[in-house]
Amino acid sequence: MDVAIVGIGIHPFGRTPARSGLQQGAYAARLALKDAGVEWRDIQFAYGGSASAGNADALGNELGLTGIPFINVANGCATGGSSLMAAYNAIKSGEHDLGLVAGFDKHDRGAFNADPLALGLGQWYGEVGLMMTTQFFAMKIQKYMHDYGISADTLARVAEKAFINGSLNPNAWRREPVSAEQVASSMMVNDPLTKFMFCSPAEGGVALVLCRADKAKNYCASPVYLKSAVLKSRRFGSFEVFAPSQALQQVDGPTVDASKAAFEMAGVGPGDIDLSQLQDTESGAEIMHMAENGFCEHGEQEHLIATGATRIGGSMPINTDGGCLANGEPIGASGLRQVYENVLQLRGDAGEHQVPGEPRLGYTHVYGAPGISAVTILQR
Amino acid sequence: MNDIAGVVPMSKQIPIAEGLFTWPAEKPALLGSRCKSCGIAAFPVAESCMACSGQDIAVEALPTRGTLWTWTVQQFMPKPPYHSNETAETFRPYGVGYLELPGGVRVEGRLTENDPEKLHIGMEMDVIFDTWRVEENGDEVISFFFQPVANSGQEA
Ligand SMILES: [Zn+2]
Repeated sequence: MDVAIVGIGIHPFGRTPARSGLQQGAYAARLALKDAGVEWRDIQFAYGGSASAGNADALGNELGLTGIPFINVANGCATGGSSLMAAYNAIKSGEHDLGLVAGFDKHDRGAFNADPLALGLGQWYGEVGLMMTTQFFAMKIQKYMHDYGISADTLARVAEKAFINGSLNPNAWRREPVSAEQVASSMMVNDPLTKFMFCSPAEGGVALVLCRADKAKNYCASPVYLKSAVLKSRRFGSFEVFAPSQALQQVDGPTVDASKAAFEMAGVGPGDIDLSQLQDTESGAEIMHMAENGFCEHGEQEHLIATGATRIGGSMPINTDGGCLANGEPIGASGLRQVYENVLQLRGDAGEHQVPGEPRLGYTHVYGAPGISAVTILQR
Repeated sequence: MNDIAGVVPMSKQIPIAEGLFTWPAEKPALLGSRCKSCGIAAFPVAESCMACSGQDIAVEALPTRGTLWTWTVQQFMPKPPYHSNETAETFRPYGVGYLELPGGVRVEGRLTENDPEKLHIGMEMDVIFDTWRVEENGDEVISFFFQPVANSGQEA
């Protein structure tokens, strides 16, 4: 049984002091239900997650207690992707016809605090200052720039593009364009990455209503079909965050594995994709993820980005809603934001940030600690 | 000296974690584990092999000189669990990198150098052991650092 997305809802990202994370999730869920023309009591199952704003199944307290199986998902930055994959499988298996996926969060300012013990590491690792995701991304792009000739200018252009796209998206947090020069000259955080090249923890909520593809038209005039939803974890030898050591021989990371599996499942290739949302927790990640997801060869990003290929009007638009850089990263909601954006684009409803040419296939990718990736391919 | 140790409390040197490196030792070294089935090494010592799931493991001292595989400089002071003697005022940015140890693994650690101009991929570095912080009772907590080998500044 194929699976369709028939309802989408979002609570604007950024900072909303007046609403808890849970309330932002409920706001998004109500919009998604309304978009699909269904009531909460029609929903047969739900998956959801939040990292810092409580259990997703507490949404029942906001929306009503209907007795459905509501499963809390916790998988770091891939929480939304994991919820979606689980919901996809629940419908694909024939077990259920109609379900809801929700993600929301509300984080404190500043870098995320990570607990070494929770990740199976010694306390010493955090004590000496190695327990920082930002360091990993900086070291990964440092090596990548060295190996494939990517320049610091390209890092700045990725952030510049994100803020341009964010300025066109009414639900984005950062709505002011920032020039590449401003990005490059902002405070250095982890060489070679500056302050404006990193996303910040934030707030927001997203919800999606999924149903059996053969019933999609009952709910939605323009359903979008989930052609694949894949989650992979790291194999031995891939270079990952929070690794006190790594093998001398490297293998492909979970992004490459998830991407290949998703393309195979959907029966399409990278050249068929009209737009993509790729995890851009910092500028370097977007660059590396372009190649890891199969959209270019390693090193080609330098030319592609300089010539505007990844902009909304370019040949491979990436992070058309401003990505994590312009939206911030409410962990539970972030991956679902990408899916929300692709559905909006495939419906032709993205307004000022609409990709021209009536896009048909959209791609999403998230990456999370300590080495997991989730990919979806959506088709109009 | 030993005879008057009881008069003035002597500070001790204690490793930041047991089993991370040989200590005390004349020539201390990081300790890794090597899988007897597949030969893969890991740091710190693991009880099973992440490569093949094997549980037959030997502990070995890792090489003390290697090449810098990648690096960054941490420009702001991390929040806890970061635990040093620094304050926001005395914090100094620090280098972080992976040192590729021949025949072993790439180990992540702090660098003694924090000037981006003096760091580059491929440079030789030594694993050294030094005081990381001093506890309230005067004990010195020892950790490991990677230090550029003198005159290995030029990349080939
Ligand atoms: Zn093994």
